[in-house]
Amino acid sequence: MNNAELITLISERFSDAVLGSHDYRGDATVMVRRESLVEVARALKDEPELSMNYLMDLTAVDYSTFGEVGAPAFFASSGVSIRPSSVIPDEDPWPGPPLETRYALVCHFFSTAQKHRLRLVVPIEEDEPEVDTLSELWPGANWLEREAWDMFGIRFKGHPDLRRLLMYEEFEGHPLRKDYQVDERQPLIGPVN
Amino acid sequence: MTITTTETQGADLATRDMLLNIGPAHPAMHGIVRIVTRLEGEQIEDVDVEIGYLHRGFEKMSEQVPYNSVIPYTDRLNYVSPLINNMGYCMSVEKLLGIEVPERCHYVRVIVSEISRVSDHLTCVGATAMELGAFTVFLYMIKAREYLWDLVEEVSGARLTVSYCRVGGVKADLPEGFGERCADAFKETRKVIAESEGLLLRNRIFTDRMEGTGILSAEDAISYGISGPFLRASGADYDVRKDCPYSIYDRIDFDVPVGTKGDNMDRFLVRIEEMEQSMRIVEQALGDMPPGPVMSDPGTGRPIPAAEMVDLGKMGKIAKLVGGCAVAGPTLEGSGRAHRAGTATDEKRVMLPPKEDAYGNIEGLMQQFKLVMFGHGVRAPKGEVYFPVEGANGELGFYIVSDGGPGAYRVRVRPPCFAIMSALPKLLVGDMIADIIPTFGAVNMIGGELDR
Repeated sequence: MNNAELITLISERFSDAVLGSHDYRGDATVMVRRESLVEVARALKDEPELSMNYLMDLTAVDYSTFGEVGAPAFFASSGVSIRPSSVIPDEDPWPGPPLETRYALVCHFFSTAQKHRLRLVVPIEEDEPEVDTLSELWPGANWLEREAWDMFGIRFKGHPDLRRLLMYEEFEGHPLRKDYQVDERQPLIGPVN
Repeated sequence: MTITTTETQGADLATRDMLLNIGPAHPAMHGIVRIVTRLEGEQIEDVDVEIGYLHRGFEKMSEQVPYNSVIPYTDRLNYVSPLINNMGYCMSVEKLLGIEVPERCHYVRVIVSEISRVSDHLTCVGATAMELGAFTVFLYMIKAREYLWDLVEEVSGARLTVSYCRVGGVKADLPEGFGERCADAFKETRKVIAESEGLLLRNRIFTDRMEGTGILSAEDAISYGISGPFLRASGADYDVRKDCPYSIYDRIDFDVPVGTKGDNMDRFLVRIEEMEQSMRIVEQALGDMPPGPVMSDPGTGRPIPAAEMVDLGKMGKIAKLVGGCAVAGPTLEGSGRAHRAGTATDEKRVMLPPKEDAYGNIEGLMQQFKLVMFGHGVRAPKGEVYFPVEGANGELGFYIVSDGGPGAYRVRVRPPCFAIMSALPKLLVGDMIADIIPTFGAVNMIGGELDR
C-alpha cells in the first residue's frame, strides 16, 4: 500500500479521530486526537491490510519555542530554496506543527508484511500532559514511554511502571522540555548511606 | 522413616529469595548498566534493568548546535561502528534538505559502514566468547578488528571517533590503493573468523552455554521492537537494507542470514554469517563503484602547497592558481576539487568548498565563511523526517524536526539496542544466573547509543 492510500484508508476509517495528515518527504503522517490513540493503534496492529506489527519508536516533541530562534541568514535571503532531489518525493508540503498545543507525541510504526511505515502524531496540551499507554499492545512501549515521561513529563495512563528511565529518581524537571536550560546543573545525589 | 523426616524437614526449611545486584561496574556488563535480579536458588525469578549511567544529553545537545556539528556526537552513539551512525544522521538531514549525494559517495559510505559492521560483530562475538572463558578468541578477533580499523583510519584519519560523513557528502575520497589493502584485510579477517569458529563451535563449554539459553520467539521480538541480528536469529528476516533499501543496497547482491531457534547460539551464528555478507557487499561495491580521479593524472591538476596558494592569492597572482590543486597536508588528503565531484554534492549552500576554491577565489571564500560563520550555515526547510538505516544492532533511525533555524529543532535517535535491553527481563526470567552472561553478551549492549 502506498502512502496516499494508507493515509486515505486511516482518515476514512477514523474520520472523527484524524485531525490532519501529510506526506512530507515521503513519510506518511497522520495526526490523531489524544483520546483515540489506543483505538487507532489497535486497528493499525490488528487489521490485516495495515498489520503494523512494529512500534518502531515513540517519542515526543516540545513545540513551545518553534520558529523563535535564529534569524534566517543565508538561504532565506538568497531567495533560493534547496533543489529537491529526484529520489525524494516532495509533492506534499509540511503543514507545520500542532502549534495550539505544546507537546506532540510521535509514534513510528512499521509493517514487516506490507513494508509500509506510518507516523502518528498526537497533540497534547500543556496543562494536562497525559495520554493512554500503548504498552498493552506493544510491550516495547514500556521503556519508550518511561523515557518520554522522563524527558518530557508526559504521563501515560495505565502504564504499569512509570518511573524515570535515563535520569535518576531525584532529578527535578524534564530535560528535553524547551524551558529546561541546556546549561542547568543539578548535583548528583548519591546513596544516603 | 528417616528419609521421610529429612524430606519433611527439607520442605519446611525456610527459603527466601535472594537479591543479586549485577553492575553498574561489572566486567561482563559491557559499559555501565545495572541488573537487579531476584533469585530462587540459581534460577532468576525477576529482573529489573537500570540504565542511564552513560546519559550525556545527545538529543539536547543536538538542538543547540548546527547540523554539521552533530556529526561528532553521532560518533559516540554506537562507538564500535560510528560510521553507520554518521551515515544515518547525514542521510536523514539530506532527506530533510531534499538533496542527493553523488553516486560514488553512496558507494564510499556503504563500503565504510559495512567495514564498521564487521568490526562491530567481531567485537560483540569476541567479547561474548571472552566472558565464557575463551580469551584466545577475543584476542584473535580484536586482531582482526585492528586490520579493519587500519582501513578506517586510512579513510577517515581516526580509528574510533571518525566524523567521516558530512551533510551532503563525505570528508574525503577513498585513498589510492584502498581496494587492494581492503582485500588483504578481509583475507586476514576471514582467516580469523574461520579459526575462531573452529575454536568455539567444537568447545563444549561454549556450545553448552550458548545453546538453548535466552530464547525469544520472533513474535515476541517484534512486539518489543527488536530488529537486526538479534531478531533475525529468531527467524524473522527483517533487514532495513533489504526491506526498505536505501543508498545503493538495492543494487547489491547479498543474503540475510536467519536463525531458527532464537537462542544465543543462533545469534552467534547469524553474526558470523553477517560478517561474511558484509565483506561480500564491500567487495561488490568496490568493484561496481564509479571510478574516482587519479591524482597522478596530469589532467587533474598541478599540485601547489596550500600555504603557497594562500600567499599567491593574497598577492593577487591568481593566474598561477588556475588549474592547480591544493596540497594541504595529510588530514585533507582526498578532499581536493578533483575528488569533490564524486564524493560530495555540488549544492553550495550545504557543503564546504574544496580548499582550492576557499584559498583561490572570492566565491569559494564566501562560500566557506557563509557556512562556518555563527548564525549562518546549513539551513533546512521546516519539516520533520524519519530515516532508518541498518545499524550493527538493528534499525537505527533518526527523527529530525526543523523549524528553519540554523540547527535542528529536535533530533531523536531510535537506538537499536534500546529495544533489546527493554526485553531483557523477558529473556532472562526462568534462566539460570550463569545464563545472564551469554544472553547479555548476545544483546551487544552499547552504552553510548542506549543512554545517549
